Amino acid sequence: MQQRDSVSLALAGSGGAGVMTAGNLLLEAAAQAGYYGLMVRTSGPQIRGGEAAALVRLACAPVDNLDDRFACLAAVDWQNIARFAAEIPLGPESLVVGDPAQGDPPPALAACGARYASLPLKALAKGIPGGWPNMVALGALAGLAGLPEDAVRAALEGTMKKGGAALAASVSAMRLGYAEAPKLGPFARLAPPQGGRRGDRWLLSGDEAAGYGAIRGGVRFVAAYPITPATELLEWMAPALAKVGGALVQAEDELASINMTLGASFGGVPALTATSGPGLSLMSEALGLAVAAEIPVVVVDVMRVGPSTGIATKTEQADLNIATRGLHGDAPHLVLAPNSVVDCVRTLRWAVHLAETLQAPAVVLADQFLGQSRAVVDRPADVAFAGGRKRASADDAAYQRYAITESGVSPMAIPGTPGVAYTADGLEHNERGTPSSQAPDHLAQLDKRARKLERADFGEHWADVEGEGELAVITWGSCTGPVREALARARAEGLRARLVSLRLIAPAQPERMARALDGVRRALVVEQNHGAQLLKYLRAEYTLEADLESFHRPGPLPILPGEIHRTLAQWGRP
Amino acid sequence: MSTASAAAITPQSFKSGVKPVWCPGCGDYSVLSSITKALAALGLAPENAAIVSGIGCSSRIPAYTSCYGFHGVHGRALPAATGLKIARPDLTVIVAGGDGDGYSIGGNHFLHACRRNVDLTYVVMDNHVYGMTKGQPSPTTEPDWDSKLAPGGTGLREFHPLVIALASGANFIARAFSGDPNGTADLIAQAVRHPGFSFIEVLSPCVTYRPEQRGWKDAVRPASVAVTDDPARAARRLMTDDGFNLGVLYAGRRAPYRAAPQHEPQSPASLELDFAL
Amino acid sequence: MTAPRKRRQASKPAAAALAEFMRRAYAMELEAAERYADFAAQMEMHNNREVAELFRSLAQIEHRHATSIRKQMGWKSAPQVLTAVRWLGREGPESGAPGELHYLMQPYHALEIALANEQRAARFFAAFARRSGPAAIRAAAAAMAREERAHARLVRQWLARVPRPDPGWDRDPDPPNYNGE
Ligand SMILES: Cc1ncc(C[n+]2csc(CCOP(=O)(O)OP(=O)(O)O)c2C)c(N)n1
Ligand code: SF4
Repeated sequence: MQQRDSVSLALAGSGGAGVMTAGNLLLEAAAQAGYYGLMVRTSGPQIRGGEAAALVRLACAPVDNLDDRFACLAAVDWQNIARFAAEIPLGPESLVVGDPAQGDPPPALAACGARYASLPLKALAKGIPGGWPNMVALGALAGLAGLPEDAVRAALEGTMKKGGAALAASVSAMRLGYAEAPKLGPFARLAPPQGGRRGDRWLLSGDEAAGYGAIRGGVRFVAAYPITPATELLEWMAPALAKVGGALVQAEDELASINMTLGASFGGVPALTATSGPGLSLMSEALGLAVAAEIPVVVVDVMRVGPSTGIATKTEQADLNIATRGLHGDAPHLVLAPNSVVDCVRTLRWAVHLAETLQAPAVVLADQFLGQSRAVVDRPADVAFAGGRKRASADDAAYQRYAITESGVSPMAIPGTPGVAYTADGLEHNERGTPSSQAPDHLAQLDKRARKLERADFGEHWADVEGEGELAVITWGSCTGPVREALARARAEGLRARLVSLRLIAPAQPERMARALDGVRRALVVEQNHGAQLLKYLRAEYTLEADLESFHRPGPLPILPGEIHRTLAQWGRP
Repeated sequence: MSTASAAAITPQSFKSGVKPVWCPGCGDYSVLSSITKALAALGLAPENAAIVSGIGCSSRIPAYTSCYGFHGVHGRALPAATGLKIARPDLTVIVAGGDGDGYSIGGNHFLHACRRNVDLTYVVMDNHVYGMTKGQPSPTTEPDWDSKLAPGGTGLREFHPLVIALASGANFIARAFSGDPNGTADLIAQAVRHPGFSFIEVLSPCVTYRPEQRGWKDAVRPASVAVTDDPARAARRLMTDDGFNLGVLYAGRRAPYRAAPQHEPQSPASLELDFAL
Repeated sequence: MTAPRKRRQASKPAAAALAEFMRRAYAMELEAAERYADFAAQMEMHNNREVAELFRSLAQIEHRHATSIRKQMGWKSAPQVLTAVRWLGREGPESGAPGELHYLMQPYHALEIALANEQRAARFFAAFARRSGPAAIRAAAAAMAREERAHARLVRQWLARVPRPDPGWDRDPDPPNYNGE
């Protein structure tokens, strides 16, 4: 039987079936065995219970996205499973595993032509006191994927640290399932894992990665109001901040959280808040204040489907407009976007560095896919950024908080420093910080604030630029994973094309972009929203030689590599 | 709270060179002078105090002092001050603003600042009107007060900030009158010394849009009762109060807000153990 | 902040009590001076030069009073008194009520404020002189009362020399121009 480099497995079932637990264990087991992987959770609208599915992709090399098709869907039951038909694409080469006790698979599933194999999950679990069907399914899926049974056991031991009868029952149930796998018919296993030390890998979600990156960047104060899908970021940060001597405050709303972070940052403590689109909208006024008063702050927007409450648990990249254009007045600020789960570490660390160094607000656009996916990744290189907030020294008689400087950055006096006290003000001001409605002061301060961002050296982090050729794909955020995979497929077919995945959305980097696209005649802009927001942003901010074409579609379904590959394949034709 | 090293800390030390834009006669001038007197009486160095405000005539105060100032956006002074105080517990943080700023657009923050009980002092210059935007009714405006935006009055009953503060958990509640700057200074100093969230409602006339408030000087009187730490007694007192009793009306004993217990900080890099396989 | 009445303690040696009384009188004069200076600044900010100058001179006069107390007492440096005198539950009797200002006010109004202040101060010291307590303090209070009455007389003469404002002096054809934030 053939082997494969990656395998996509879905496990579905109703509330109480424990499909998420099993999915997480599958990912852990793969990590134990030296594989990489990604897990995405999906569920019905019920607050608790209802139908749910764990979507797991295991691979020999790091993966940032889901695949076009699932190789196997195992269902503990068929309740309402049709809702996942679009989210768990299956084909004739797919395998559907179901419990005969639950009846036949629903017609919606049968229509895809997948092969069906039955596995009496419930009956097998019953044979073991304390055994659960989800553990049988876990064993079966691990067996199909070709994970060593020991790795699955180790994952169980790692998770059920109390051990005892519960662990023993889970291991036995898992083993039963594992033994059944070969009986489910032909199924390509994973190729052996690449080398590399397991100790050099991490298993984390993008929300956790963002929180970690923020703390490594120096954030010691967070105020926030809970909102899906940013909540996990906050929940990870609360205890983590306490450990490193920082603090997290749950604010009464987003108006409070952004203003609290501004207060803390004014006090000299690097500060962050995290939210999603509705919360970002509420923060917009205070972001204007951060620009005017030059107070560093990082706002993470873990984007979800909008507008309004939209589809709160699903992914979309539709907040680019508000993040780049949503401030009142002429308000130059930073907008960044991580492009993979692990990249959240670097991008947040960089965002904190930039906000602090440039004394400007930085909006970081993550999204639900990145935020809530859990991935096995290579431990990221420890990139420290030199610089930080320029502080005023005590008793400087000539001190002016908003002094016009060549770089546009002027030292910030931190409360407690004698002799340089000033008032941070959202009113337009002169160099001293005194309110002024004089035209020259307004112009000078506008110029100063714009210059800070124009003169800053963003180095190589502004984008991931890969490949060569006359064709290119420009993308950002969680679309980067599927674009990369699509480009790899196209390259394997002989197409020469580049990738530009923007990490720095604003300020625009026209010179760097011109270099990255030098010689490119045609570029595809890939993004996940209905309005082609990135395409329009590029048209407004850049003068590009290449003809731009657009691939955009909204959420809630994540973009898959095949969708982009199809477009690229057409480009390949003469 | 650190004490000024220089011997000669006077109220004058807390004034900046910036000239107030307020109307002559406005109560806010006196409140500014009360704040500077209180800070001097507390023996603070200007750099160790921060004055945080929102938007409004009254919210212009920070730049008129020599302390660190934060003149933020309308209604959000309390959150900004909360963030500052939690991040920098060593600073003395005074929040100042108007009734519109604090009770209308910032009303939700008022409730939560009271219940959060962070060690802040909140001075509201209540003139029962939006001064800055030219005389619209505020939450404390009388229902029949005629204005362009609400001809014949709003018909809405007034918001009772002291009762709300008490019910929401403020730890110190006082009323002052701008026409008595020394008394106000004294109350502000007491409020700063009192742990937790201290709220001072200062009757501060708007001579431009509410000229009749010049008459407040004849209406106010010192509260005739002793300070209580009993919320039930304070509630009875405040509910029957006509709005002109001055002094400390409640001084509670709630422990102030504390951020998560601080251990010996761990290295940030060690947090990666959460993810390491 | 307490009124001097409460401060009076029989056990205190008379000299120390007198010094304390004078320190408070000094603070009262100084506060009055600062208040006039504040008023002057407000008037300057609102382009009312004439009244600003008047308040400036009043501030200087009160300052001189404070200095003369200092000389009289032989203090080498200004005494540190942060909380000035309060009287009848309000503030120092010689400090002008801040709420009485108007941007269109005329010298007459300013002098009315000054007159009220001097008269209040005179009444305050006279009341003090009548109270029981160390004779030295009562004598000092009586002297101060005489002085304040003399000031009041001067202000009254001054008042007679400036024109009385017409009715409608505070009329402004334009609405307030502060445009808000
Ligand atoms: C978001 C926002 N909405 C409205 C305003 C306009 N505005 C400025 S001050 C103010 C009301 C001020 O009233 P108050 O807080 O009572 O202060 P006062 O001027 O009376 O001292 C309003 C509505 C604003 N600055 N920002
Ligand atoms: S409008 Fe009213 S509140 Fe504003 S400065 Fe004038 S008097 Fe004061």
